[in-house]
Amino acid sequence: MSIFVDDDTRVVVQGITGGEGKFHTQQMLEYGTNVVAGAVPGKGGQNVDGVPVYDTVDEAVEAEDATASVVFVPPAFAGDAIFEALDTDLDLVVAITEGIPTQDMAKVNKRLSEVDTRLLGPNCPGIITPGEAKLGILPGNIFESGNVGLVSRSGTLTYQVVSNLTDRGIGQTTAIGIGGDPIIGTSFIDALEAFEADTETDAVVMCGEIGGEDEEQAAKFIAEYMDTPVAGFIAGRTAPPGKRMGHAGAIVSGSGTGTADSKIDALNDAGVPVGDTPEEVADAIEDFL
Amino acid sequence: MKLHEYQAKGIFAEAGIPIPDSKLAGSVDEVVEAVESIGFPAAIKAQVHVGGRGKAGGIAIVSDVEEAREEADRILGMDLKGYTVNQVLVEQGVDFVDEYYVGVTMDRGEGKPVAMVSTKGGVNIEEVAAEDPDAIAQEHIDPAFGLHPYQARKAVYDAGVPAEYAREVSSILSTLYELYVDNDAADIEINPVMITADDDVIAADAVMNIDEDALFRHPDLAEMEEDSYQSDLERKAGEYGFDYVRLSGNVGIIGNGAGLVMTTLDLVDYYGGEPANFLDIGGGAKAERVTNALDMVFSDENVDAVVFNIFGGITRGDEVAKGINEALESFDEIPKKVVVRLAGTNAKEGMEILNTDLVEVEETLEEAVQRAVKNAKEVSQ
Repeated sequence: MSIFVDDDTRVVVQGITGGEGKFHTQQMLEYGTNVVAGAVPGKGGQNVDGVPVYDTVDEAVEAEDATASVVFVPPAFAGDAIFEALDTDLDLVVAITEGIPTQDMAKVNKRLSEVDTRLLGPNCPGIITPGEAKLGILPGNIFESGNVGLVSRSGTLTYQVVSNLTDRGIGQTTAIGIGGDPIIGTSFIDALEAFEADTETDAVVMCGEIGGEDEEQAAKFIAEYMDTPVAGFIAGRTAPPGKRMGHAGAIVSGSGTGTADSKIDALNDAGVPVGDTPEEVADAIEDFL
Repeated sequence: MKLHEYQAKGIFAEAGIPIPDSKLAGSVDEVVEAVESIGFPAAIKAQVHVGGRGKAGGIAIVSDVEEAREEADRILGMDLKGYTVNQVLVEQGVDFVDEYYVGVTMDRGEGKPVAMVSTKGGVNIEEVAAEDPDAIAQEHIDPAFGLHPYQARKAVYDAGVPAEYAREVSSILSTLYELYVDNDAADIEINPVMITADDDVIAADAVMNIDEDALFRHPDLAEMEEDSYQSDLERKAGEYGFDYVRLSGNVGIIGNGAGLVMTTLDLVDYYGGEPANFLDIGGGAKAERVTNALDMVFSDENVDAVVFNIFGGITRGDEVAKGINEALESFDEIPKKVVVRLAGTNAKEGMEILNTDLVEVEETLEEAVQRAVKNAKEVSQ
């Protein structure tokens, strides 16, 4: 099994005719993902690598029975694109776009509370169920099908930890990048809850980073609701306060909230071992299995 | 993007929020001219992008022309936490009886804006929040509807603002929220709102930070952006389009992706070294970007050795390797030892291409970091 996506997932790519959209559509198709449609205003009737393009997401969903979308729309228009996707019957919207204005995301966040659709991201690498489907920009070749779930705020850090696992022959049920922005759709807790309910996930890796309090909240959730063992990693131990470390959300406030120490302590208190290195995370997972 | 106090106050005044009489000055003579028209007492306030200006000596209250001249001479050109003061705001001194805090920011946990009011104004509000959170009244705002007038009133009542000022303070809060939305602010605050001896309610300070991701729809605000880099290196990083933070150590770090670069910093620290910087070159393997990144760390005099860690997701390792070779071949002499670790797509091919006369190569992140730490120690000892 897996969470959120599998080989039944039918994908519409928003922004399929743009450079990134086109390239990653090819990559997703090559991986075996069912990319069934594209949606770009004014480009209806065209096709990209044999994938039919529609003017609206609604049309694409209607015509091709799409169940999920991937958003490659530039930041100025991405908020609108997400609203468009949320106003259809899609189960999942994956927003790859980096740099969406925060107040646009606050409006999207409000809409999310009114619909059943799940949003992943924005500013995320996407989601992959190895051997079945990949929605986003993750490099498919480093993943292997298996029994470990992975949820992370960062893209390349996810790849690093996954390769530490795959190198030891430990495969993954599903790997999810939830994104590095201050306001995101799917949280650590949402992903952990789904992994806990997934009978094939025997252990979970959670990679957090400085900023906000999502990791602390997740630690509480793990302590209270999870039987599946979790191993953690927190990036940004050496980050100085008040400096944004790349991700818009990765900043330790001047008053000292959002520090790596606070997150590591919270996870340790919840019984979650936190590795000092990615290798140590893989060690902990190996011990669990 | 941070606005200066005088820029924020200009926006506030236009929206109808009362501010003290003030003038911007860039020289001692301009300060003297300003105080002569504003009168005494007057405040001379450094316009730089740092918090705690008062404590750091960037604000002076003057009571005559001579004092104004002296203080202007001291403050203009001074170094305030790494920034040079080029402009001061000369402002009418306000005789106040009370100070409040009013602000709007994004509560990232809730994913909603939050309006805040406190009667503990004039001090660092983050400290108030940490020590006495109940002293700050909060109202979360539904962005679809905005701040309801009742919410502005409620926040003001909950904070304990006396009845005679409640109307004016809640009106200021409502205006602040409008400005927050209209300007795509990340946060906006007045600390303090002063109650003057004459019972006037006035914005004595102004903070306004704009969401950089939204600047594309605010060309007027984008124009206000001033050089706010602390060092030449940060300026250079801005020109190259890198996410860069300078730290105090001697191991230069280049990588791709915020989480992985942070992790590389942490590992340098873990293995007994000290990171010199955070440098995320982002996606893509263009030789030019690699050259620019190496130029950045090589021109940092603190850097004794470099670790270059790329996890090529969609980016191909062989292309990165070509970029590194090209970049290093353009130097007559490699100024600092570079350890390279490539992983991900075509990493093996990349490792084979790398010119090992120019770089040292390691297979894992851990090994690469340890080698760079060792290299740095050899230089610094």
